[in-house]
Amino acid sequence: MSERRRIARGLGLILLYALLLFFAGLTAVPFLWMVTSAFKAKGDFFSSLFLPGGPGFLGVAWERLTLDNFRRLFRELPMARALLNSVFLASVSSVGATLCGAMGGYGLSKFRFRGREALTALVLGTAVLPLPLLLAPRFELIYHLHLLDTYAGYLLPQLAPAFGVFLFRQAMLNHVPDEIIESARLDGCGEIRIFFALVLPLVRPMIGAFVIITFLGVWNDFIGPQIILQTTERLPLAVTLASLQNNYGTDYGLLMAGTLVSVAPIIFLFLLLQKEFISGLTSGSLKG
Amino acid sequence: MKSSRPHAAWVPWFFLGPFLLGFAIFVAWPLVRAVALSLEQTYGPGVRVFIGLRNFEFLLRDPLFWTAFRNTVVFTLGSLLLQMPAALGLALLLNRPSLRGRHWFRLVFFSPALIGMVFAATLATLVFEKQTGLINYGLHALCRRWDPDFPWLEDYLMTSLLLAALWLYTGFNMVYFLAALQNVPADQLEAASIDGAGRGRRFWHVTLPSILPVGGFVVLLSVAGSFQIFVLPYVMFLRTGGGGPHDRGLTILMYLYKTGFLAGDLGYASAIGWVLTLLLVGLVLLHRRLTRGEEI
Repeated sequence: MSERRRIARGLGLILLYALLLFFAGLTAVPFLWMVTSAFKAKGDFFSSLFLPGGPGFLGVAWERLTLDNFRRLFRELPMARALLNSVFLASVSSVGATLCGAMGGYGLSKFRFRGREALTALVLGTAVLPLPLLLAPRFELIYHLHLLDTYAGYLLPQLAPAFGVFLFRQAMLNHVPDEIIESARLDGCGEIRIFFALVLPLVRPMIGAFVIITFLGVWNDFIGPQIILQTTERLPLAVTLASLQNNYGTDYGLLMAGTLVSVAPIIFLFLLLQKEFISGLTSGSLKG
Repeated sequence: MKSSRPHAAWVPWFFLGPFLLGFAIFVAWPLVRAVALSLEQTYGPGVRVFIGLRNFEFLLRDPLFWTAFRNTVVFTLGSLLLQMPAALGLALLLNRPSLRGRHWFRLVFFSPALIGMVFAATLATLVFEKQTGLINYGLHALCRRWDPDFPWLEDYLMTSLLLAALWLYTGFNMVYFLAALQNVPADQLEAASIDGAGRGRRFWHVTLPSILPVGGFVVLLSVAGSFQIFVLPYVMFLRTGGGGPHDRGLTILMYLYKTGFLAGDLGYASAIGWVLTLLLVGLVLLHRRLTRGEEI
């Protein structure tokens, strides 16, 4: 009986691992395909699924692989500039939004003043509004401010993270005891120093998570820059890649190289900061 | 705490200042304008005419809006039907503390959620390509009878969209279910097991009820996200104007984008924005009603 049970259990485990490996494979195969495609010449797409077969090591014709796609992206197409733009927009946004969000959350959670409840309700109310509603009026506003096609036109609205204020308010209510702030005040500590030296370190996990959400959100944002920015030299990766797709739709290798260049930095950051990524993304996410 | 030295009155406003300034200009004011704009017709951002409720009247009779609405609803329902069981299934498979490589499996399943929509859509477009695409080439290689010219992006738009979304979001939803499964009361599972309840009944009577609130939340997130789907179909069907043949890939948000920013009518776009907002608010209210304000 127990012998039988052990065998059944072993078989169950094998089945479990087989299923998991199968699904993990299904999830990973498009990535693998993207990476191999980025190094392939166009002709080889018709003769091989991943790498072209040949007499080389592991049965692959290594000599047919090429860096041409990357060369074209960086020499003939504005990929380097787009990469730089993405890094710039995502970094400035995430630092700015985190600072404004943390300061705002602190202001709402740790002080008493008239109108606080109403303000909190207003901020929370708008934090759940769908962004698409604001697309048209924001575009109109940015046009009237003469900020269309400028970095500022894209970056300034990022400094009003209603959802970030909500997240930081929660974090500060939960993790920053009033007593600490008050005893620091009694010791004659300045308000700004209290915030930076005492409060911020106590909500570090939220800072990490929010920096990541914002960075990723801006890196992956398409609608925002597509509407606000026009000049090719100012466009980030997402918009540049969509226009490549429009102009070079059948140039598979080129497009996959472009996608690889666009997602590789994010995957790299993810592998470095897995925990922060997963908690950050699941703390408040929107698809778009 | 009466003994403490109070802060000066300006202090909270100093901290709130930068946010409030941005909020007033880029959130509150546009929100007010969104109301006014929906009563106007515009020709680009510079020229506008007041037309009252005509945008909404037109919207109710606009066949393109209803096409977009129908596509969005079909996509949303399809996403739920495919993703929820898949996400819960994966979470159940992974929910064993003794499982080796659990961390790595979770990482792999989650990874597509990192990829921006444009990048995922570009990848998906090529994956569904005729002849050279991963799916058509792969299936034809496995089974010669598979037609390598199978028109995923031309005739099976919704199926390809749903498959792409399944790849993108299953792992993301799985993370929530996995977290919920950690909180299933172990003593109840054990008690049920001692009472002779089999695996299926334990799942049905103990596990499922205790993960239901999280399930409701994941459904809400997923529906809200699906209702705002835009970039995935827009880029996947870029060759056919974003909406695909006969607008079978047109979604509500894509229609908003096209009317507002390609055709230049920000007024009508705002009206569409309000309808989308109302739909989402209704959804949140429905969810609250069903869960009776239960917080997770």
